[in-house]
Amino acid sequence: MENKLYTITIFSENTVGLLNQVTIIFTRRGMNIETLSVSPSALEGIHKFTVTTFADQDLIEKVVKQIDKKVDIIKAYYNTNEDLIFQEIALYKVSTEKLLSLGSIEDIIRRYNARILDLTETWTVLEKTGHYDETQALFKELSEKIGVLQFIRSGRVAINKSKVERLSDMLASIEEKITKKHKDVI
Amino acid sequence: MKEMINNETPYITGSKALLESLINEGVDTIFGYPGGQAIPIYDKLYDYKDKLNHVLVRHEQGATHAAQGYARVSGKVGVTLVTSGPGMSNTITGIADAMMDSTPIVVIAGQVPCSLLGTDAFQEIDVIGITQAITKWSYQIRTADEIAWAVARAFYIASTGRPGPVVLDFPKNAQVELVNYKPEKVDHIRSYIPVPDINLKNIEAAADFINSSTKPLALIGQGVILGKAEEELKAFIKKTGIPVASTVLGLSAIASNEEQFVGMIGMHGNIAPNIKTNEADLIIAIGMRFDDRVTGDLNKYAKQAKVIHFDIDPSELNKNVKVDVPVLGDAKETLAKITELVAENSHKEWRDSFNTYWERENEAVINKELYPTSGPLKMGEVVNKVSEATGNNAVLVTDVGQNQMMGVRYFKYNQTRSVVTSGGLGTMGFGLPAAIGAKYGAPDRTICLFVGDGGLQMSIQELGTIMQSDIDVKIILLNNDYLGMVRQWQELFFNERYSETTMINPDFVKIAQAYNIASRSVDKREDLDDAIEEMLNTKGAYLLEAKVIQKGLVYPMVPAGAGITEILLNGE
Ligand SMILES: Cc1ncc(C[n+]2csc(CCOP(=O)(O)OP(=O)(O)O)c2C)c(N)n1
Repeated sequence: MENKLYTITIFSENTVGLLNQVTIIFTRRGMNIETLSVSPSALEGIHKFTVTTFADQDLIEKVVKQIDKKVDIIKAYYNTNEDLIFQEIALYKVSTEKLLSLGSIEDIIRRYNARILDLTETWTVLEKTGHYDETQALFKELSEKIGVLQFIRSGRVAINKSKVERLSDMLASIEEKITKKHKDVI
Repeated sequence: MKEMINNETPYITGSKALLESLINEGVDTIFGYPGGQAIPIYDKLYDYKDKLNHVLVRHEQGATHAAQGYARVSGKVGVTLVTSGPGMSNTITGIADAMMDSTPIVVIAGQVPCSLLGTDAFQEIDVIGITQAITKWSYQIRTADEIAWAVARAFYIASTGRPGPVVLDFPKNAQVELVNYKPEKVDHIRSYIPVPDINLKNIEAAADFINSSTKPLALIGQGVILGKAEEELKAFIKKTGIPVASTVLGLSAIASNEEQFVGMIGMHGNIAPNIKTNEADLIIAIGMRFDDRVTGDLNKYAKQAKVIHFDIDPSELNKNVKVDVPVLGDAKETLAKITELVAENSHKEWRDSFNTYWERENEAVINKELYPTSGPLKMGEVVNKVSEATGNNAVLVTDVGQNQMMGVRYFKYNQTRSVVTSGGLGTMGFGLPAAIGAKYGAPDRTICLFVGDGGLQMSIQELGTIMQSDIDVKIILLNNDYLGMVRQWQELFFNERYSETTMINPDFVKIAQAYNIASRSVDKREDLDDAIEEMLNTKGAYLLEAKVIQKGLVYPMVPAGAGITEILLNGE
């Protein structure tokens, strides 16, 4: 089967040590995590991990089931790029003098839809958000033309193309089941 | 100190709260070993002698295996209590073993006080970090307030759904703090679905497959026992007439003499069900996980068959073998449902077709192993005689190696929960402590441990536990003066280069004597019956050393990596 970049979205309780629980599942199968980001989700008290990794369909299914199985993980999903809107952010530090030597800073800012985050006599920090290819293209151009002093790119963050958080329905059904269970007991 | 919220529930120490919480979960037996970071708990235990029976083992690994043995025969959660650092790290093998074999145990470990966590304090280890990969759940109780909740949650997680080990790391400050204790019960966790919903459509589809199959074969695993689905399984096979084979861990879910039982599958399984797996048009896997010791080369496994897989754990479906109809859920419920939908059948002809293979195996292997008339004692012969002498009513505990495979091949069972063996991890040293635990789990049953000379010496110190606590286990040492199973591989696949598998052994009878354990050694066939009788008639523990053939082999055998039909019947 063909290897593709998959995005795994994981909703979890906010407990200590969860990152380790997620990453050891990749480690065990000798898989590399390409990017990772973690933050609180739109649902109160629930955290969201976005992980990207290369895998084939068969493997990604198994890995996601294994993640889902962990007690403190509420639900894990996987998607390919087509199902998602996603973004990464990159920061580039370059020498101000060299940047000016390019002639028109405006040109590079416009072409790449980048912006200046900070500017001093010695260095300038540019910021660009976009897909990997886009942030990489700017990196390439700057490296080749003037050199990049420092560079950092974030992990991917992604939102799926459905209207609400898929988890909401699931949580509602869990709540319903628990309530029913308690009624049954009484 | 915090304010008193409730006058009826006075403040007690965390240690006492722990013991109260355990009692609240129905715990009566703890296998453990004390140490600095657990002294406050042990101190309280002194006051609870009438409610909590603590069995002092000789090594913490033994405490976990004992808890496993207890859990496997009783169906309850086994409990282990140890100190921090080395005490805790000694339990790792048992925890990993319990994870692989889905055994519910709760391991409670003392830990350095929270104020010292992360400082490389004396006897501090990162328990959560180390155990996350080999537990169903591991949790650090940082304050005494959390104890009631954490213990309740631990038992709920360990025992529900697909069971497994849970670790509670218990820093000392939480052991000594005062808490306004109120017992808690956990019956659900938002992020945890122990039993997935039944999908009726899939059950209907499975029933259709079964109704139209002419050569169906059911493969059962421990899931049947864990799901307490033995009766439902019986009803299902009675109605459908389907032949049933078992994995090692599924053994005793149905009685050995049950008409439809066609034997054990896997590397040292019986040839009939192994070969028939590749002839069946339908494989019905129930609570088993297609382990590589069962399937051999997956590319040559049951390619002709449609596969129905009953399991409670979604991550097992399509993991190793592609499944045509997955039936997620509790086997007790799903089997009951499907039995309503399937047609009555007998599959007599198909079942009879297994017999030729049985005849072949009997002739080539079994008769020679069980009924030799000359030469040294054989392992199978000893196992068979012990099984018969107990009326097939005893609990079989094994260690790992040839003794294990001979044990599971030749011991017979009338009732469920009669097999305790390390299946997934294959842990040498498991047997002796697991037998100790099994006795506590089933005090009224005879516990027969089969163990090799290598494996016995991996946990031989537990003879001390047997002596101190007066535990009635029958230890049958199958002594071949070799690490037999490895020697077998060396003989068959490594040109008889016996690298580091000969053992110069001590006088085991003298060792037993030193521990005040009755014992006897036999090497003659004519003494065997008498020795077994003496063992079974002796009150309390007994060590029977059977000096068996040094270079015995376990057959049949599917060589590692071969297809299951490439099964070797013997060396000829
Ligand atoms: C802890 C551990 N170490 C090593 C092994 C590898 N191993 C599997 S079987 C075996 C030989 C067992 O020898 P013995 O206990 O004498 O039993 P026998 O096979 O002779 O019945 C060994 C070394 C293991 N399974 N577990």
